[in-house]
Amino acid sequence: MSGPSNYQPKSAFGKWMHERLPIMELVQGQALDFPTPKNLNYWWTFGGILAVMLVAQLVTGIVLAMHYTAHVDMAFDSVEHIMRDVNYGWLLRYLHSNGASMFFIAVYVHIFRGMYYGSYKAPREVLWMIGVLIYLVMMATAFMGYVLPWGQMSFWGAKVITNLFSAIPFVGESVTTWLWGGYSVDNPTLNRFFSLHYLLPFVLAGLVGLHIWALHVPGNNNPTGVNVRGSQDTVPFHPYYTMKDGFAIVVFMLLYSAFTFFGPNYLGDAINYLPANPLSTPSHIVPEWYYLPFYAILRAIPNKLIGVIAMFGSILILFALPWLDTSRVRSGTYRPIFKQIFWIFVVVCITLGFAGSGPPDNYFLSHEAAPPDEWHLTYKLVGQIAAVCYFAFFFPILPLLGLLESPKPLPPSISDDVLAKKKPLVPAE
Amino acid sequence: MSTAVHADVNRRDFLFIATGAVGAVGAALTAWPFISQMNPDASVLAMAAIEVDLAPIAEGQEITIKWRGNPVFIRHRTAKEIELAKSVKLEDLKDPTARSANVKDGDPATDENRVVGGKEGFLVMMGVCTHLGCIPIGNEGDYGVVEGNVKSGGWYCPCHGSQYDTAGRIRKGPAPENLFVPKYEYLSDTKIRIG
Amino acid sequence: MKKMLKTFVVAGAGLMLLAGAASASEVQRDAKAISYSFEGPFGTFDKAQLQRGYKVYKEVCANCHSMHLVSFRNLSEHGGPGFSTEQVKALAATFTVKDGPGNDGEMFDRPGLPSDRFPSPFANEQAARNSNAGALPPDLSLITKFRPGWFGTINQLFNGIGGPQYVYSVLTGYEEPSEEIKKEQPEGKLYNPYFANGLFISMPPPLTDGQVTFDDGAPNKVDDMARDVSAFLAWTAEPKMEERKSLGFMVIIYLAILASLLYFVKKKIWADQH
Repeated sequence: MSGPSNYQPKSAFGKWMHERLPIMELVQGQALDFPTPKNLNYWWTFGGILAVMLVAQLVTGIVLAMHYTAHVDMAFDSVEHIMRDVNYGWLLRYLHSNGASMFFIAVYVHIFRGMYYGSYKAPREVLWMIGVLIYLVMMATAFMGYVLPWGQMSFWGAKVITNLFSAIPFVGESVTTWLWGGYSVDNPTLNRFFSLHYLLPFVLAGLVGLHIWALHVPGNNNPTGVNVRGSQDTVPFHPYYTMKDGFAIVVFMLLYSAFTFFGPNYLGDAINYLPANPLSTPSHIVPEWYYLPFYAILRAIPNKLIGVIAMFGSILILFALPWLDTSRVRSGTYRPIFKQIFWIFVVVCITLGFAGSGPPDNYFLSHEAAPPDEWHLTYKLVGQIAAVCYFAFFFPILPLLGLLESPKPLPPSISDDVLAKKKPLVPAE
Repeated sequence: MSTAVHADVNRRDFLFIATGAVGAVGAALTAWPFISQMNPDASVLAMAAIEVDLAPIAEGQEITIKWRGNPVFIRHRTAKEIELAKSVKLEDLKDPTARSANVKDGDPATDENRVVGGKEGFLVMMGVCTHLGCIPIGNEGDYGVVEGNVKSGGWYCPCHGSQYDTAGRIRKGPAPENLFVPKYEYLSDTKIRIG
Repeated sequence: MKKMLKTFVVAGAGLMLLAGAASASEVQRDAKAISYSFEGPFGTFDKAQLQRGYKVYKEVCANCHSMHLVSFRNLSEHGGPGFSTEQVKALAATFTVKDGPGNDGEMFDRPGLPSDRFPSPFANEQAARNSNAGALPPDLSLITKFRPGWFGTINQLFNGIGGPQYVYSVLTGYEEPSEEIKKEQPEGKLYNPYFANGLFISMPPPLTDGQVTFDDGAPNKVDDMARDVSAFLAWTAEPKMEERKSLGFMVIIYLAILASLLYFVKKKIWADQH
């Protein structure tokens, strides 16, 4: 990570330190002076927002672990002990549970931003793939965290999700037994989930370090997708982007606070305030909102094994995205057809989310059951249509589009683009 | 022209300083819940008082109960132990202050100040050595009442050899203070509430 | 940024439209939409109402329903019914708490202390079922948080989950079933369309007019008592609600100030680039 730093230690101590551990040079080169395209818009602030959310989850999580008891007989009551007795326990717990949702809101915006502006394309494939890995680890972490309060949805969510692995041919049953440490989700499961829920965020932090490293080799993409041609195209990260990100972070904190203080249970499932009961399944099992699209894909396919493969495939396909997109133009701004298809894809993902939220055989967005053996617009059918659209976006649409679409002319450089926007020849529309 | 530039720079500096100050105050306040959560919680504070019935404790016997996670010694002292404790001169004590929550800070470590309500039969104190927190062993050490082979009263800490007399006062060894007497009161002749 | 805001607004509006009808599969009838003093971002509990609700719980519900997450001391804590510590001591002593083992190795009964939790009326789940014809009276500590009175993403965003309303509606919602429904009615169960677990409930109507006499002379019809006890159970489920809202209000103001300051800082810093 050699940066464009011309760091010169000023004090005697700085010099002494610099000869032994040039950490200040690293900070100055990679964090303060790092040349960053001058045209990044607010969609780019979500990287910084995500870093803040990771820290928020780590800090609140570490203190919650000081009061939580990972035992099936005590877990639920220990969470309520946090809510009722621990000083500011209610705040820390609500910050942590809502923080998970905020983390996912930010990561989804971040991923869609990367897709729209082609941030996954050469030379940033590895950066993108580390990002997908981060997303996978996030999902695993959040899933295990949701099990810890040991409410009804914790238990049944854990049971359903771990049962996914039983779809693996031949060894499926052994794998689930191994995951559970028994014949069902029980105390051994809860204990290992707690251990891993504490461990994985630090793995995440490490991956984030790699993600930033991989970002700082080629440097940031930007809304035009045009490479940086020289110092006229960039500004130092500090103070330009520290302040822009800082503003965005505080605005995001406003949203976070609104949920934490005024609707702390809105994003969760009410039934999770009922202690886990292994003898009674809730009438309707849904995962947390951030998993719903994948849950819809799982339910769209009547075959267990293929359903599970499709669900994992829908995430793993993101690893192949850099090679599925054949267009040589990075930014969606200059790809008229891609731009429209991208927004359709966003709508498809949201539709999948809704398709995953309701009982499969009810009419879509209603609580009325559809009569069986007939053709009805049910949650399941909508999920099936949207799942087909989801995969079609990656293949064959993206590869074909790159070959067929004729992109708009690109600006010669970032600074040309900035200047052109500054002095529009015609009044802005 | 130059004054205008200066005014602008000043305004700019003020904005930066104000923002930094507001941000710093917010960060400091945010830290509080994270620090405060480690303090005893409401359920711990609520459990802080316990009642003990003294009637079953015969003379010369001692019980140990748990209060706030620590052992509390409740000893029904014999007349000889009391006599021995009273015979000690204050200037012979290593720690001449009472170390009792029931008297004023700095009151002398007389035997009367080590008990409550003149009920000198019952000595109630934390069973925590003031050196490094081990539990002293009763009826041991050189400062109890010795009759033949039988020792009664006095405490000896096995960790580092501190010795306490029949009023729980430090007499020898590395411990700096007398065994601490917690806040307690008599609810009736034979019932106390600690805390 | 304007474009981005536009995207958010459009996406948000789209989501809202989509979500309008989304809901879970429950068949229970929507709870009666009565309102409480503690609703909305500034709502607080009505202390007198919580005290009355406590009395209803103690004299009626506590015969069958536990409330094991709540301690007597909570009743005098900030943001609750506002009993004094002396009152709490006295009312805790009216409960019998199992303690021990004593020196003889046996458990013994003693009057409750403020630090005790509310004792359960039954020794265990089996005993509870045995005394209630197989039905288990649920613990009431969190009932207003785990039983929604109505569903729908948007509905719940603006009106909450209707937990207290659910309790109120079940307590006041016993109805004479139609002939058709009557055919399905199991013996010993009663028709209550607001109940979450099917149309028929094992609990007989627990309240009758004038059953509990309030110290403040407040009306004590079934409707009044149901309102009071459901408000009380809203507090037992979320005892830190008032603290949460008042702190939240200050945090939002603070963040709004910091955000506007940072906006101008950012503008100043970028001035030479635009």
